[in-house]
Amino acid sequence: MTQAQTQTGPTWQFRSGKQQLLRWAGWFWLVALTVFCWELMNRDTIWAFVADAPDQAADIGDRMFPPAWGYVNELWGPLWDTLNIATLGTIIGVVIAIPVAFLAASNTTPSRRFVRPVALLIIVTSRSINSLIWALLLVAIIGPGLLSGIVAIGLRSIGFVAKLLYEAIEEIDVRQVEAVRATGASGAQIIDYAVVPQILPAFWGISVFRWDINIRESTILGLVGAGGLGLQLQASLSTLAWNQVTMIFVVILITVVASEWVSARVRQAVL
Amino acid sequence: MSNTMPTTWKRPPVVLKNPFWRRVFYLGVLVYLVLALQTVDVNWTRVYEGLERGWRFIEGFLLPDFTTRWTDIRAGLIESLTMTVTSTVAGVLVSVPIGIGAARNLAPAPVYLFCRSIITLSRSFQEVIIAILLVAMFGFGPFAGFLTLAFASIGFLSKLLAEDIEACDHNQIEAIRATGASWWQVVNYAVQPQVMPRLVGLSLYRMDINFRESAVIGIVGAGGIGATLNTAIDRYEYDSAGAILIIIIAIVLVVEYSSSHIRRWVQ
Amino acid sequence: MLELKQLSKTYHTGDRALTDISFTVPAGQVVGLIGPSGAGKSTLIRCINRLVEPSGGSISLANTELTSLRGRALRKARRRIGMIFQEYALVERLTVMENVLSGRLGYVPVWRSFLRRFNGDDIALAFSLLEKVGLGEHHNKRADALSGGQRQRVGIARALEQNPELLLVDEPTASLDPKTSRQIMRLIQTVCRERNLPAIINIHDVMLAQQFSDRIIGLRAGEVVFDGKPEGLTDDVLTRIYGQEDWAQVRQDQSGTDTEKRSPAIDVAEGV
Ligand SMILES: Nc1ncnc2c1ncn2[C@@H]1O[C@H](COP(=O)(O)OP(=O)(O)OP(=O)(O)O)[C@@H](O)[C@H]1O
Ligand SMILES: [Mg+2]
Repeated sequence: MTQAQTQTGPTWQFRSGKQQLLRWAGWFWLVALTVFCWELMNRDTIWAFVADAPDQAADIGDRMFPPAWGYVNELWGPLWDTLNIATLGTIIGVVIAIPVAFLAASNTTPSRRFVRPVALLIIVTSRSINSLIWALLLVAIIGPGLLSGIVAIGLRSIGFVAKLLYEAIEEIDVRQVEAVRATGASGAQIIDYAVVPQILPAFWGISVFRWDINIRESTILGLVGAGGLGLQLQASLSTLAWNQVTMIFVVILITVVASEWVSARVRQAVL
Repeated sequence: MSNTMPTTWKRPPVVLKNPFWRRVFYLGVLVYLVLALQTVDVNWTRVYEGLERGWRFIEGFLLPDFTTRWTDIRAGLIESLTMTVTSTVAGVLVSVPIGIGAARNLAPAPVYLFCRSIITLSRSFQEVIIAILLVAMFGFGPFAGFLTLAFASIGFLSKLLAEDIEACDHNQIEAIRATGASWWQVVNYAVQPQVMPRLVGLSLYRMDINFRESAVIGIVGAGGIGATLNTAIDRYEYDSAGAILIIIIAIVLVVEYSSSHIRRWVQ
Repeated sequence: MLELKQLSKTYHTGDRALTDISFTVPAGQVVGLIGPSGAGKSTLIRCINRLVEPSGGSISLANTELTSLRGRALRKARRRIGMIFQEYALVERLTVMENVLSGRLGYVPVWRSFLRRFNGDDIALAFSLLEKVGLGEHHNKRADALSGGQRQRVGIARALEQNPELLLVDEPTASLDPKTSRQIMRLIQTVCRERNLPAIINIHDVMLAQQFSDRIIGLRAGEVVFDGKPEGLTDDVLTRIYGQEDWAQVRQDQSGTDTEKRSPAIDVAEGV
């Protein structure tokens, strides 16, 4: 907001002319980009299929209801697998993420030049690649099964946990660190007495948060053969058994809501 | 003096103060771990055979092959990027009214409940599951992917936006209201300036997520680079797969880097 | 005995914080370090235990040259020097006892400190120190559950737990009310007398400095501009240190608020 002084006296303008212009240019650019992307994206879209969608939806909806309630008995095993994939995967991810976070935080890394970039690269690699892609790769490499799912979840969790954790480490109160250093403590002792107590609540919060996300993600890993509810989903989809699919959705929904509740409670308790 | 003082001290437990329940808790964790690990039956010969493939994948990652499948990669990338942009824009446009409707301090109860249920619905399901349904309805291709990502963005953005609006400085809202402003004016003068920078930040963050998700939903037929990646892995073309992964990582880096710039510029 | 010779410090930003500081502190002497903001008081104190790297000169503590030490030797030297901080600098999420015991970190191996298995003597010492500073009951409380005055007492106990040969004190009272400040200063003075412990106390409040120290060193723009008995702090000297000010008026204002001066000397354990 600027005050433009003119001959007739001060007039108030919301923004100066140049800023205003820049804004309009920005908006115009955004709209143009969106339209361009839209056109490019829909080059091959067959609009007849899209127009047909309400019918398709009605048809699928018809087949989905009523849900195959009895099918739930076949879902307990896969559900247990899903929970295990999420939990064991989270544990693996967190255990690896802790050292990575300390190597990545600029105030605890042994070398900002060499070690820190490697740690950051690990973090961005793990974060960029979705757990389903990790699972796809692992199923191809070590074969289908729970192990692939667990490792996939673990690999994806490293980046997430390490990123949030190293940000927490970088934000610690340095005076507490200095005070402990002044007693003659060694590096390991400084981490134990000054750093860890400060990041512990964040650590538990992040881990439980990631566990909650992992529950959600592990429900679908079976689509590529990595075990859990997704396997069942894949089977039901391929036989077009939509009423079983509904039942699986119901189980997933309940699991996700429950895990979100647990994670919210735990985070409340530690923070 | 110090001889009269106790020579032992134990840190008092923080969470489970009762020793009995603490033991029960530890035992429970142990039992769970044993049971959970038992469900993981590993076929070690298969894993051993896999090591060689794993090594080939690492090689492919280090020596990626961009050229052989370049036309496929290019098509997949264009789909992913266009999907990302359009779905983020659409997601933001829809989530602003829903976010306002889901803010307790601005919306009447029925609107609040309606908007909250949309948010819950959108957040409960994985993008991939939504994609499966939408592909079944709208056919294969990026249009279904666009709808998926837009729908998922709505849940994410509206929820965070609503939380922001609820956390708005109440005094400013009161002050504007006290001037006799209408509901629209309150939103425009008191709420918008407070949440606008955050909304820009969140949109950029969501764009980053949308790009990463666009690489996944292709696996179930919703267009994008995921389909190309899936094919490459199925054909054991690890050098092409490595190239695709490297491109994904590079784009995520660029998006993250530029969005942190834009965010700083907006604030 | 602490001996500083031609100590100087230039920060990498180019700020010349200390220029050729030389003085000796004999055993048992409490030195009040005064000077305007930015004079280099904190820098001087932190150079001694090497939280800040000096850029020139020498510091020796009982004939150990401190400026050249590295790694293990530096840690061994640090454990001989206790430090008390302005904002207490306690590890807030640890218990009071752990904070006090952290004074032993320079002496115990990592596994012991990790398992919180300190020697019986260390623990007994910690208990008796907490008793001494009037916090006997509070050892299992978390540090962030204490008041400002109580936290500073824990800070003092932590420094004493090191069994130090020298006490460095950086503005111990800046975050405390006048009455508590006085109690804290008295406590520091008492422990120094009891142990014949030399101390350097960096303090803003000239009245407190005069009352509780044996010697005053005045710092201005990184140089020593006064070094002598507290009685020697005349208006002239204060002007030399701080610049022009109506010192008589300042003194009057100060003593006006000091009604507590004549109260019984031992209020150490009265708990704040
Ligand atoms: N970490 C640092 N980096 C660069 N310059 C610094 C740093 N710390 C202090 N300085 C500079 O050194 C000079 C002395 O600072 P110092 O903190 O020692 O002053 P002080 O006497 O303790 O002041 P105060 O009474 O306000 O605490 C100041 O000019 C300050 O700007
Ligand atoms: Mg200072």
